[in-house]
Amino acid sequence: MTAMTSARPTTGPSSPRARLQAFAHLHRSATIIASMVLITVAMILLPQVPPLSFIQRSDAWYDTFANAGVFILLAMGLNVVVGLAGLLDLGYAAFFAIGSYTYAYSNSPFSHQNLPFLPMLAVGAAVAAVFGIALGAPTLRLRGDYLAIMTLGFGEIVPIMFLNLDKWTEGTNGIGGIFRPEPLPLLGEFTPLSPFAYYILSVMIVTLAMILLYRMQDSRIGRAWNAIREDELAAAANGINTVTTKLLAFAIGATTAGFAGVFNASKLTIVSPEQFLFAVSFSVLAMVILGGMGNIWGVAAGAFVVYLIQIVLLKQLNGIVENLNVPFLTKVNFLDYQYLLFGIALVLMMLFRPEGLFPSQRRRRELHIADELEGPIDEPGVIGSMGETPGADETFNEAAGEDVPGHDR
Amino acid sequence: MTAAAEVLRAKKVTKRFGGLVAVNAIDFTIPEKSIVSLIGPNGAGKTTFFNIIAGIYDPTDGAIEFRDLTMIAHARRAWMEPVLWVAIPAVLGILTALIGVAGAPQGTVILGIFITILALLASLVTGVARGPAYQRFLARFGIFRSARPNDMVVAGLGRTFQNIRLFQNMTALENVQVGMHSRLRAGWYDALLSTPRNRHEEAFSRARAEELLELVGLRGEGANLAKNLPYGDQRRLEIARALASNPVLLLLDEPTAGMNPNETAGLTALIGRLRRDLGLTILLIEHDMKVVMGISDRVTVLDHGEKIAEGTPEEIRRDPKVIEAYLGAPAE
Repeated sequence: MTAMTSARPTTGPSSPRARLQAFAHLHRSATIIASMVLITVAMILLPQVPPLSFIQRSDAWYDTFANAGVFILLAMGLNVVVGLAGLLDLGYAAFFAIGSYTYAYSNSPFSHQNLPFLPMLAVGAAVAAVFGIALGAPTLRLRGDYLAIMTLGFGEIVPIMFLNLDKWTEGTNGIGGIFRPEPLPLLGEFTPLSPFAYYILSVMIVTLAMILLYRMQDSRIGRAWNAIREDELAAAANGINTVTTKLLAFAIGATTAGFAGVFNASKLTIVSPEQFLFAVSFSVLAMVILGGMGNIWGVAAGAFVVYLIQIVLLKQLNGIVENLNVPFLTKVNFLDYQYLLFGIALVLMMLFRPEGLFPSQRRRRELHIADELEGPIDEPGVIGSMGETPGADETFNEAAGEDVPGHDR
Repeated sequence: MTAAAEVLRAKKVTKRFGGLVAVNAIDFTIPEKSIVSLIGPNGAGKTTFFNIIAGIYDPTDGAIEFRDLTMIAHARRAWMEPVLWVAIPAVLGILTALIGVAGAPQGTVILGIFITILALLASLVTGVARGPAYQRFLARFGIFRSARPNDMVVAGLGRTFQNIRLFQNMTALENVQVGMHSRLRAGWYDALLSTPRNRHEEAFSRARAEELLELVGLRGEGANLAKNLPYGDQRRLEIARALASNPVLLLLDEPTAGMNPNETAGLTALIGRLRRDLGLTILLIEHDMKVVMGISDRVTVLDHGEKIAEGTPEEIRRDPKVIEAYLGAPAE
């Protein structure tokens, strides 16, 4: 008992870092805005100087950053479903597709419509949310694996629908020539040649989404999501309507994907079914896991890093290898192997750092005590040992390195 | 005893798991502001009975009345519920088809189909959510379905589990705040917009949670993770979490299991205080006879799913059937 009391973390802000964290927690939105402004400015300046300026022109960098924003949004949205509410969603790209096609229908020669961008951003998100609810309402009573299979099916159905309903969707060709957003105040004109406006717009959408998602996470609903992830029966027995709460997580995840979809369609100016295959759902899930499930900033950073590796690093690797004229390796196209690299990265991650690169506090705790937790509780006979030294175990795990096997509850 | 003074009435509650009769036709009442204990050997059906009251299991037969409302019983006219879900969208769909046949422009028909689908979705979501208003709506059509665990909490029932089921990776304070979930009103829109209501409720729930922690003797432990608390404190935290929903009836499933005599005495005192100070009615499952005999007003004994005795602790102590259930029948 004494060991545990001493191992207990001291509360209250003591170090400057802790004080900063306390401040950030109290003024969440302001902190997010300030950080995003700093990051944005840094990312405007960095591409102008080496080494980034050697790799590609700064405009190309801004373009990459803007595209990365799409994946950051997707990862943050999936994080609500997987990281907060603990529902495995393998068909997340479907909502992305629905958001994209919604914008395509509202702004393309195909549909003879040209509606303003910002309202469509909300409409696209709303349509995706409706589909999220439509999918969730009948199926959220399923648990774990069954829910995952069901979402996998939905993720397959949606692109196939867009592919085969070619009378309304132009099938494989997709809907092309989508109109770019009309010039917005502060951002100026959206043209293919200057991606800067897209970049700023994507930062703004990401910032907004981040603020809103943090608010959800810190609210009564966010607590309920956490409770459901930890113990669904106990959550229900404490007055949480598990069905509506899970449905809400689904809807909010879908809404975020809808935002991403609208932005994506307006930027690429074409939507086609093969943009939304399972590989996208999988990539986003990998981003969430690599970034650190449950931590919004971590997931965003994970998505950014993974996207840059996919898009920039692998391409550069090809160039570097070619320039150095390494025998054998010159014939390898690294882009072809990105999923192999993904797979290896995931395996290594699960072995050495199951909580992700930037874990949420909660996840870290879960993953590093999981084994000690599961066993004793259900058996009254061992109960006496429960109270002994969980704190000591924790320190033991940390001392023994971080290779405690992952355990997802 | 008048009807109003009974918090809970179980009528001929039976639960079968396949061929096993876990609970057999039990009649049981809990008078207001009393402490009633449920005892019996292992496997007697105590926890099953508890779970039926809490809305986790549906009974095979019988009914539970809680605060003079039938909460759990056989479903009545359950087939009508899906019919109701479909009724409104169906009417809309037929209307759309009619105006389509009558030669309305294509746009109008598409809008009609769209509205029909949305209505279907809305009724599906309402049905799945089963909010209180929806349940009242169903009652008008004579449809009855057993309450779910969260409905029982809203109705005023709090419970703890035999094997502690705290949210281990949340802090003690957060655990209690989760317990308050059904009493808070801020919705997702409040959270998104950070409305005054949301901020006010967050502050209120934190303050109230601190109070409850203090009540159960966990003052200053709010920031600790549930799983880092000593075993006895975890039991207390579970009680605080159950109290957070302002229950009328508190179900405690072996609250002193695995505790040392010291902790047991402390917890017994706490249970007595809950009744005295908060005016709670308490139903207790307990193996520790000292606890049971010390604080119970009435004791009910189950064995093999049947009620074999009921009465004051004194009566139970002398009841030959009870002695037989616990110690076995004398050799012939």
